[in-house]
Amino acid sequence: MTFSEITDHIESKTSGKISLIEGKDVIQVTPDNWLEVATLLKDDTSLQFDYLMCISSYDKGNNKTYGAAYNFFSVQLNHYIEVRVEVEDGTSIPSVAGLWRAADWHEREAYDMMGLHFENHPDLKRILLSEDWEGYPLRKKYTEPDYYHGMPVPKDKSYWD
Amino acid sequence: MEEQLLDKSVIETGEMVLNMGPQHPSTHGVLRLKIHTDGEVVSKIEPIIGYLHRCFEKHCEKLSYEQIVPFTDRCDYLASMHMDHAYSLAVEKLLDIELPERVEYIRVIISELQRIASHLVAVGTFGLDVGAITPFTWTIRDRERVLDLFEALCGARLLYNYIWPGGVSHDLPPKFLERTIEFLEYFDPQIDELNNLLTTNKIFIERTADVGVLPPEVGINYGVTGPSLRGSGVNFDLRKNEPYSVYPNFDFDVPLGEGIMGTLGDSWDRYYVRVLEMRESAKIIRQAIEQLPDGDVHAALPKKVRPNAGEVYGRYESARGDVGFYIISNGKNIPLRVKMRSPAFCNLSVLSEISEGWMISDIIAILGSLDIVLGEIDR
Repeated sequence: MTFSEITDHIESKTSGKISLIEGKDVIQVTPDNWLEVATLLKDDTSLQFDYLMCISSYDKGNNKTYGAAYNFFSVQLNHYIEVRVEVEDGTSIPSVAGLWRAADWHEREAYDMMGLHFENHPDLKRILLSEDWEGYPLRKKYTEPDYYHGMPVPKDKSYWD
Repeated sequence: MEEQLLDKSVIETGEMVLNMGPQHPSTHGVLRLKIHTDGEVVSKIEPIIGYLHRCFEKHCEKLSYEQIVPFTDRCDYLASMHMDHAYSLAVEKLLDIELPERVEYIRVIISELQRIASHLVAVGTFGLDVGAITPFTWTIRDRERVLDLFEALCGARLLYNYIWPGGVSHDLPPKFLERTIEFLEYFDPQIDELNNLLTTNKIFIERTADVGVLPPEVGINYGVTGPSLRGSGVNFDLRKNEPYSVYPNFDFDVPLGEGIMGTLGDSWDRYYVRVLEMRESAKIIRQAIEQLPDGDVHAALPKKVRPNAGEVYGRYESARGDVGFYIISNGKNIPLRVKMRSPAFCNLSVLSEISEGWMISDIIAILGSLDIVLGEIDR
């Protein structure tokens, strides 16, 4: 199916739950509707998005809006879709780890790096950084700490000048 | 036998947590496994990763598009060419540029040589994990020849910085194609030797057949890709499903697991798919050399990589599976966000699921058959 066929199909099943971004082949969904749309993407016989490829978190750059881009592929039907869910800082996104197990680690990574919270995630904790790390490094306003467990985090670049 | 061991009425048992790694030869790098066991039987595994984390994605936000290539090199250090190729394809999709035919063919030749080199390490170390020492020395010896070719090509043996967005750094050196053909002539019989020595070895089959069966639907649900998924009989290869570069011009098969020695999707199947893929790669290289056109490899190299604002998700079939690069551009020469979908990251996440009920010694075999590279998992 092409992108417009997919969006028409979703629109016919759940009216008004998705919105399109002008000039892009991307579906945008609000956090409230996300779980319903996700279930449809996975279980509908003419969609069958059985393979969640990637969850990419991103920072909109205004210090309060963060987003997650989900890239899906259907191994059975060989088509592709990208879905975006954007939230304000402090709001959580429903976890889809119950539908696609691949989401488990990807959501943990998005939490670890960008500070996105996923509701009903089986085990939401840091994955790449250590448990006691402070802050979320991939946020644009992130500044690295001066010390970590008493060890100075090197910032002195005078050696190279 | 496992059921009997798990049966609590036979003997009083209790859960024990064992730590394997981060410094353990069988974990293929600095990976720590927290293994919950009942006696010798594994009930759950928590992989603890991040020991090699160097915040690749944060670095990307401070570097121009061209400067990121040496970083992608260091992600999957056993298949650096694949990472460069995957990243370059994504950037070219964002730039919307057409490459000279010669560049595409050179890239395919190099990528398939890299696939052979990477699979040689995978099958060699897999044998090493289950106690077969000789095959490892043989496969490393053969990989050396590929590395020699790469050294002639770009001067580096491990981290190449060869494939750039918009082209490649150099044209092929003199005699490179002849040397490649010589290597293929030498290499084909070596696969038969490997089959005699390892693939059909009784002890090897006992250790790997029926062990760690990955059902196809579980594999897809966990996002497992590459040879690890094809071992379960799923015909999913991006070179065929979503062809990129000039792959549609070549005639090759996608080897799938068939459960010859045991159950479909066991560790032996995952191993054997890699062995068969090396033959297919050799086939592709021969065809590419025959069809290789002339031309200038630097014709499409952009003076400055400055894509329009927008996003792209580029996909690539690397030696370990489906590599994805999600790049957001805001129209400057530095990307706003680069996210890398690492195949081994997803492949590792299925470990706990397929290891349940197996002995600790089998965990080594299962982990080896998934062929993980920690540099790429931790990024």
